[in-house]
Amino acid sequence: MDLSQLLADVPTLVAVIVGVPVVLAGYIVGGEYLVRLLPDKSRPSVRPWIWVGPALAFVGFFLVYPVLGTAYKSFFDNQDNFVGLSNYAGQLGGFPSGGAWIAIRNNLYWLILFTLLVLIFGLMFAVLTDRVPYESPVKSLIFMPMAISFVALAVIWKFMYSYQPPGEPQTGTINAILGSLHQAPKIWIQDPNVANQALIVAGVWGFVGFAMVILSAALKGIPGDLLEAARVDGAGELTIFRRVIFPLMMPTIVVVGTTLVIFALKAFDIVYVMTNGNYDTDVLANRMFQLLKVGNNGPASAVAIILVAAVIPVLIFNLRQFRAVEARR
Amino acid sequence: MTIASERIATPAVERRFSPEWLGQGFSKALLHVAVIGITLVWIVPTLGLLVSSFRPVSEFANSGWWTALSPPFKFTLDNYSGVLSSSNLGQSFFNSFMITIPATVIPVTIAAFAAYAFSWMKFWGRDIFFLALVGLLAVPLQATFVPILKFFVQVGLTPEHVGFVGLWLVHTGYGLPFAIYLLANFFRALPTDLFESAEIDGAGTLTVFFRIVLPLSVPAIASLVIFQFLWIWNDYLVALVYVGSTPEVAPLTVTLANLVGSLSQGYQLLTAAAFFSMIVPLIVFFSLQRYFVRGILAGSVKG
Amino acid sequence: MMGLKVGSIRALSMLAVMAVVACGTGGTNSGPGSVHVLAVWSGPEQASFQAVLAPFTAQTGIKVLYESTRDLDTILQTRVQAGNPPEIAAAPSPSTLSKLATAGKLVQLDNGILDMTKMTDQYAPGWISLGKINGKLYQIFSWASVKGLIWYDPKNFTAKGYQVPTTWQGMVDLQNQIKGGGTTPWCVATESQAASGWPGSDWVKEIVLSQSGPTVYDSWWNGKTKWTDPAIKQAWTTWGTILGPNDSNVYGGKNYILATNFVNGGDGLFKKPPKCYMHNQASFITANFVTNTPGLVAGSDFQFFPLPDVNPSFAGAHVGSGDAFSMLKDTPQARKLIQYLTTPDAQAIWVKRGGKLSPNKAFDLANYPDDITRAVVKVMTGASIFDFDAGDLMPVAMRDAYWKAVLSFVADQTKLDSILTGLDAVQATAYK
Repeated sequence: MDLSQLLADVPTLVAVIVGVPVVLAGYIVGGEYLVRLLPDKSRPSVRPWIWVGPALAFVGFFLVYPVLGTAYKSFFDNQDNFVGLSNYAGQLGGFPSGGAWIAIRNNLYWLILFTLLVLIFGLMFAVLTDRVPYESPVKSLIFMPMAISFVALAVIWKFMYSYQPPGEPQTGTINAILGSLHQAPKIWIQDPNVANQALIVAGVWGFVGFAMVILSAALKGIPGDLLEAARVDGAGELTIFRRVIFPLMMPTIVVVGTTLVIFALKAFDIVYVMTNGNYDTDVLANRMFQLLKVGNNGPASAVAIILVAAVIPVLIFNLRQFRAVEARR
Repeated sequence: MTIASERIATPAVERRFSPEWLGQGFSKALLHVAVIGITLVWIVPTLGLLVSSFRPVSEFANSGWWTALSPPFKFTLDNYSGVLSSSNLGQSFFNSFMITIPATVIPVTIAAFAAYAFSWMKFWGRDIFFLALVGLLAVPLQATFVPILKFFVQVGLTPEHVGFVGLWLVHTGYGLPFAIYLLANFFRALPTDLFESAEIDGAGTLTVFFRIVLPLSVPAIASLVIFQFLWIWNDYLVALVYVGSTPEVAPLTVTLANLVGSLSQGYQLLTAAAFFSMIVPLIVFFSLQRYFVRGILAGSVKG
Repeated sequence: MMGLKVGSIRALSMLAVMAVVACGTGGTNSGPGSVHVLAVWSGPEQASFQAVLAPFTAQTGIKVLYESTRDLDTILQTRVQAGNPPEIAAAPSPSTLSKLATAGKLVQLDNGILDMTKMTDQYAPGWISLGKINGKLYQIFSWASVKGLIWYDPKNFTAKGYQVPTTWQGMVDLQNQIKGGGTTPWCVATESQAASGWPGSDWVKEIVLSQSGPTVYDSWWNGKTKWTDPAIKQAWTTWGTILGPNDSNVYGGKNYILATNFVNGGDGLFKKPPKCYMHNQASFITANFVTNTPGLVAGSDFQFFPLPDVNPSFAGAHVGSGDAFSMLKDTPQARKLIQYLTTPDAQAIWVKRGGKLSPNKAFDLANYPDDITRAVVKVMTGASIFDFDAGDLMPVAMRDAYWKAVLSFVADQTKLDSILTGLDAVQATAYK
């Protein structure tokens, strides 16, 4: 059997679509069966491992093992000589504009602006669309940017930010709007003063659908009777939001927020595709990519570890939230 | 949790034309205006791309896309025919399905199992593992390529031998942290009374999982399926690294990206390609919309 | 329980099916075999390259599995390190492959694989020595292109009575003449997403070669001459005189230069009234002229004159670039392919389709598709000093910094000194 014949086999696809869930279900059923064979007392200590086993195995091999390898490599230079912390010194030296500091500064922009804007818009859309009968089409339209690949996103915003000299007919949407307000056209992505913000706007536009979908799912989980009761009691919509919806959605908001913060730290595709870090828009993940591209494995590994380490404050925050929810149970 | 303020009962007619009713009507109208207005602004960029995809490339640099909406129109189907006539489109479309579907099903299932354990079972190191999982969300994927690819090559998990299996495994590994994080959050939010009454009824772990937890978490699972599907369908780099871009294995993203030459020749095809590629994720989104309904929990726990 | 048992049986059988499906092929290649080739050519270029490969497969039966990617450096690095490189790779920048050669990942070409007598017959010595690292041949060029062509619209020139300049001073005078007439003389565009800045870098390197000569040029891209060296700095300031103070000699000024993609750079030549009169770009740009402004005819609507010599002692100096192939895994099929790719017949296939020149000494001019391309070839073969694109020869980190420096210079020419010092800093570490 040659490769193209194998892959062009639709029955294969069907077998996979059906077979995979069945195999996995079989695994858990079989595992539970084995646990039942154990005495009652030892069941609760063995059972969890059946359930988390596959996940831990996958994550351990595909993520933990490479990260450990990267951490190890970060102490060596490109010719495999041990250099201790000098890769880190190279990246973190030269404050405020040397080494990786511009990238770090830009990641902070992303962290704050991107996360806040996506959360706010996502929450707003989730709550507002919940109250209108045409919820489904509106949500689909808001969600559409997420379905677009990053390359297409770059093309879209290239058209948005396009520039023609003043006096010429504008080809970019934003500059055309400026023109109708009698303002001069500006360059956006190529101007270091606004480039970061321009990229973040494109990123926010692309990601609000993500926040909206998850927050909407959480919103739907709030029992309808609770909201109706509040309304019957005469509470205004804003109060209901503040006192009922928001607190109940808090755990999900934390999850979405955490994910967004981490995405902001990892921001790569948008920056790479639109500017490659030019015009002062470099971010850590892009910097690492550039270093890897030329075989600078040592410094690249250092940047990767810096990135992962930057997540620790977020983890601490999550731990506190987690404990709080546990305590309330 | 009671909300104060009592309503004074008023006769029906008075209520109809009272300030409250007008206020309500006004805020209803405001709501509609806000939603429709913001949505319209939101879709402007996409609309720009859609209109541009019907314009000849010579017009791109000469006039804005909105000028195409008034005479002279100068519409063309060249961009779409260019995309549709590209070689290998059908095969790569199939490849994308072949990659995306298993790579969505596997992580979602494994994550569901693990999330259930993390939220409702106690075991040694549970909190540490969970936090580590969240931390792993931050791992930049490029750092993982070489060690994993090396291993795959050594054990023969390459496209020539096993097709896309390597890619499914990789996407599972990459997607699990977020999947578990998301599902654990939703599972944890289920009321404890549910589990207690189930226990009283003598239901085993499997029954609780399949008959209680999963049905109640359908919106969460639907969201996860959408995102995982999306992310893999639109992925370019991971597929490129692990299966390469020969015509037999190239997914749609690679084939469409290769429409454009290294000196940007044919970049206008990207406008049409974007919409062509968007169709499937949108269909998935649409079809999963009906799972985003409220009220599943309502009435599930009776006193 | 019954349910459990039935479920497990079903599960196991599905597992078996999956195993069979997964281990389906595993068979080895029978027949003539195959070769993997990795390059950046996509879109129309890919069609041209596959046309080149078609006779090879027809003659030898060897399948060529071509993979195209714009992230060539990354993919190549990853696959080499992971132990499954393609047999043959074509990189637009020799420096990428140089790093691999030094690491011992490339197969030497001149001790058995290529017939060196034939090579020295076909190629000027410059093209061969370009492919050598430490005296060993690691890459061989199949196609070439020339930079430093100033495009103009002959009709616009005639209309205003402008003469095509043959000296640098003549070009500067023409520049001032056009300015006097109320139009910006030049069109420049540097935007190119990840590679933004490269069109400006072409200007600078052409001036370095023409102004300071090949010795300085070579020592510069080798990292031996600093960026702050007076000769290099002078090239930048010379370019600054073309751009004009505050980029005022260029249509749209700094904003338009930075914001406009290079494919649209020359469009201003053909607007009515023209926005500019001259545009420096390699020969591929003619395809974009025709796509962006329908109805243009080569020769009557657009023509070129070669960039005049800055310094008469280095007359006839031109910068060019090319596409080189290297071998990463020695197999009989890969050998046959790389031998094929150096033959004039193979090269002619793409040349006839347009967009590439052949570095072959005895290439028949009739193979070139039009007069403009023939004129470009004459520039290449008639150049007394023909040097390869310095940016492509520099290490990638240096080249990327070079491109970024171009953008900073266009944004603010007064910052030249700090820009050059920054480049020196990169130079200090990039060549290791």
